Amino acid sequence: MGGAYAMTSPILALEGVSKSFGPIEILHSVDFALRPGEIHALIGENGAGKSTTMKIIAGYLDASGGKVTCDGAPATFTSSREAEARGIVMIHQEFNLAEHLGVDQNIFLGREIKKGWRLDHAAMRQKTQELLDQLNCRIDPSQPVSSLSVPDKQMVEIAKALSRDLRVLIMDEPTAVLTERECEILFQQVERLRDQGVAILYTSHKLSEVKRICDRVSVLRDGAMVKSGPVSEISEDEMATAMVGRELTDLYPAKAIPQDKILLEVENLSVPGKVDHASLHLRRGEVLGIGGLVGSGRTEFAEAIAGLRKRSGQVRLNGQELPADDVRAAMNAGLVYLTEDRKGAGLLLEKGLRENLTLPYLEQFGRPLIDRHSEEAALEKAIADFAIRVPSPDMLVGNLSGGNQQKLLLAKTLLNDPQVIIIDEPTRGIDIGTKQQIYDLIAKLAADGHAIIVISSEMPELIGLASRALVMHAGHVVGEVAGEEVTEQNIVRLAMGLTGHGEDAA
Amino acid sequence: MTMSSAKTTEKPRGAKLDLKVIGPIVALIVLILIGMSLNPNFLSYANITNVLARSAFIGIIAVGMTFVITAGGLDLSVGSMAAFVAGLMILTMNLLTDSMGIGVDVILIGIALSLVAGLIAGLVNGLLITKVGIEAFIVTLGTMGIYRSLITWLADGGTLSLGFEMRELYRPVYYGGIFGVTWPIIAFFVVALLGEIVMRHTAFGRHCAAIGSNEKVARYSAVSVLKVRLATYTLLGLLVGFAVVMYVPRLGSASSSTGLLWELEAIAAVIIGGTLLKGGFGRVWGTVVGVLILSLIGNILNLTDFVSPYLNGAIQGVVIILAVVLQRSRSTDR
Ligand SMILES: Nc1ncnc2c1ncn2[C@@H]1O[C@H](COP(=O)(O)OP(=O)(O)OP(=O)(O)O)[C@@H](O)[C@H]1O
Ligand SMILES: [Mg+2]
Repeated sequence: MGGAYAMTSPILALEGVSKSFGPIEILHSVDFALRPGEIHALIGENGAGKSTTMKIIAGYLDASGGKVTCDGAPATFTSSREAEARGIVMIHQEFNLAEHLGVDQNIFLGREIKKGWRLDHAAMRQKTQELLDQLNCRIDPSQPVSSLSVPDKQMVEIAKALSRDLRVLIMDEPTAVLTERECEILFQQVERLRDQGVAILYTSHKLSEVKRICDRVSVLRDGAMVKSGPVSEISEDEMATAMVGRELTDLYPAKAIPQDKILLEVENLSVPGKVDHASLHLRRGEVLGIGGLVGSGRTEFAEAIAGLRKRSGQVRLNGQELPADDVRAAMNAGLVYLTEDRKGAGLLLEKGLRENLTLPYLEQFGRPLIDRHSEEAALEKAIADFAIRVPSPDMLVGNLSGGNQQKLLLAKTLLNDPQVIIIDEPTRGIDIGTKQQIYDLIAKLAADGHAIIVISSEMPELIGLASRALVMHAGHVVGEVAGEEVTEQNIVRLAMGLTGHGEDAA
Repeated sequence: MTMSSAKTTEKPRGAKLDLKVIGPIVALIVLILIGMSLNPNFLSYANITNVLARSAFIGIIAVGMTFVITAGGLDLSVGSMAAFVAGLMILTMNLLTDSMGIGVDVILIGIALSLVAGLIAGLVNGLLITKVGIEAFIVTLGTMGIYRSLITWLADGGTLSLGFEMRELYRPVYYGGIFGVTWPIIAFFVVALLGEIVMRHTAFGRHCAAIGSNEKVARYSAVSVLKVRLATYTLLGLLVGFAVVMYVPRLGSASSSTGLLWELEAIAAVIIGGTLLKGGFGRVWGTVVGVLILSLIGNILNLTDFVSPYLNGAIQGVVIILAVVLQRSRSTDR
């Protein structure tokens, strides 16, 4: 795009923008320009300030210093509504949907189609259906948002953005919660928008994706813009190095070798309508992957094992039967589950880090009175062990950057040194440097004799971590691959429901 | 996206929060200063004792209400529940007097009955809400009507009174005390102190806040959501029973107008104290301050002829709305 690029003038630009929360400066004199007809990636480590930068561009936050310009003139959006009126739409990292309203009601919230003074439900429903079809998303427009899975919610957010007259589309980690197939659909839409001259700014921790679909990339490190240029001139390795500030070696550690002892056995587990007679076994020191498309029942399967859902069938830990629908019993026996839904089910956003960290195991911090000192010691240790980046330890969890929330959730789940750990999307929204740390952690836990189940929509992650993988499709475990057989091709084949290869390996 | 069009303006968070914390205390101090300047008797021993002792019933109930609201619930039935339990207690004591004569044992049985009745009434509310899964508002609106009608029926539309001698024997529980501090004040203080400790320093208090903040997160963190919820309603019922134990010796009677609007005063005190009505954050000491603010307003109006005491409700209403406005500006600043 080189030549054409220099000629178009930016729709939105930042000049020397800085941003402080209280006494702490988060962004330092950032320069940035977004031009029509480009897909621009903003990348950086967790807490580098990507979300903050995007919010300033989209009019959700005021800059503390510097200039924000829109079409060359100083932008003085007094609210995001005003920005939206000028065609600047942002999809947040955390969802912004009214849970109790239907999909169609959410998409047209505040912009309802009317027939005279009455709402035109039929028209809104139909428009919604069209948008969803465009996204290949098979959900019912009248379904309440609260009943949707996390990726489907993301698709609704995207549909909502597409329903507007767009000039600038800003997306904060849209692909973090999507599977590869859904990502492809999103990229098709994004490319279509780009060809119509829309400027697209988005952030992602998946560098291969940035490399493939973006035109330009800008790199933030610790609140400063350290690199910006056409994607064609920057390799993935260079991006990673610029983000982290050091060379990154092998992303995936050596796989641990499973021991003989079987720790967890699950037999014929069924959750009505979600999981049908699924079984698995897990050895000490093993990392078992579970692959499959979104909606294939992976999460429900895991939640049922962890006692978070009603189920039939048996779950045995160390030969001991675990009762159904009893999280406490599972946790006490040493089996924990890390949810994929960080904001909805993982963390209390309105509380501090300490309260969140110790919530599942409060009784261990003193009875009847909680010993705050030992809690604080635990928090300090967690912050150090998991390299959680917090400007101040008594801030609200909702103000942490997304990746640091994920680290806190990991710390919370692992607080009591469980034996079996089920991790649903371990690195959702986590930067590449931290990813490496988490992969190392998983490998180390396995080497220490823990047993781990990793559910992931990121194929490389599954392949890089698991020594054996189950694949689910429509509530069934349709196959198993182990050792050398754990390849993208095999997993995808099974996940799509093509019968296959896995059966003979199982 | 359209919903959150409000712009997050960021001021130094610390300073802002501090104001929220001390807000109710400042209001209380201002009220005391106003009281002092309007009437020299305001700070007299008699007046202060009177105000505190009268606050004790609502205060004890409001401490329990703090837990219910913090856990994301609500209980509208406490006023009628108090009336019903008081009626039950008086009837039983009168019956027992016939067979057992006048004695402390009758009083002790009456007290035990009151506590147990309150506990059961709270348990019933809690079970309907948690096990049957009906909304707290509906359940307690229903039981509010039921208890109110039951007390009216028990009293046959009139007043249930404790026998004269029995009343004399029981009187000291309200009017007596040690070191010049009457029992209701001591009871209120102890309940509030225990409540504050439980809320801030025990797993139960933490769990209440977690459930009110996000029930799903609490469930995924292995908090027994239903049990904790049930416990908050049961605790509140028990405290209603305890408040009745202090209330009956005051007048020695109960009627269909006993405890009228107590539920609203208790809820108002909780909210004024800074507990979030939607749950997730509660503080017991704030509730105590809220109770004191509400009763001081009434007291000051009574002591002065500046504003008619009939406007008591209006002024309390203004204070409640102001408190909620303050709360709302807290929730938008994140
Ligand atoms: N309202 C706030 N108050 C205080 N600190 C904040 C607030 N919002 C963000 N921060 C801090 O600003 C820093 C940058 O946060 P930001 O969310 O922009 O990071 P990010 O680059 O999007 O990270 P991630 O990849 O983890 O999403 C973080 O250290 C975060 O804790
Ligand atoms: Mg972010």
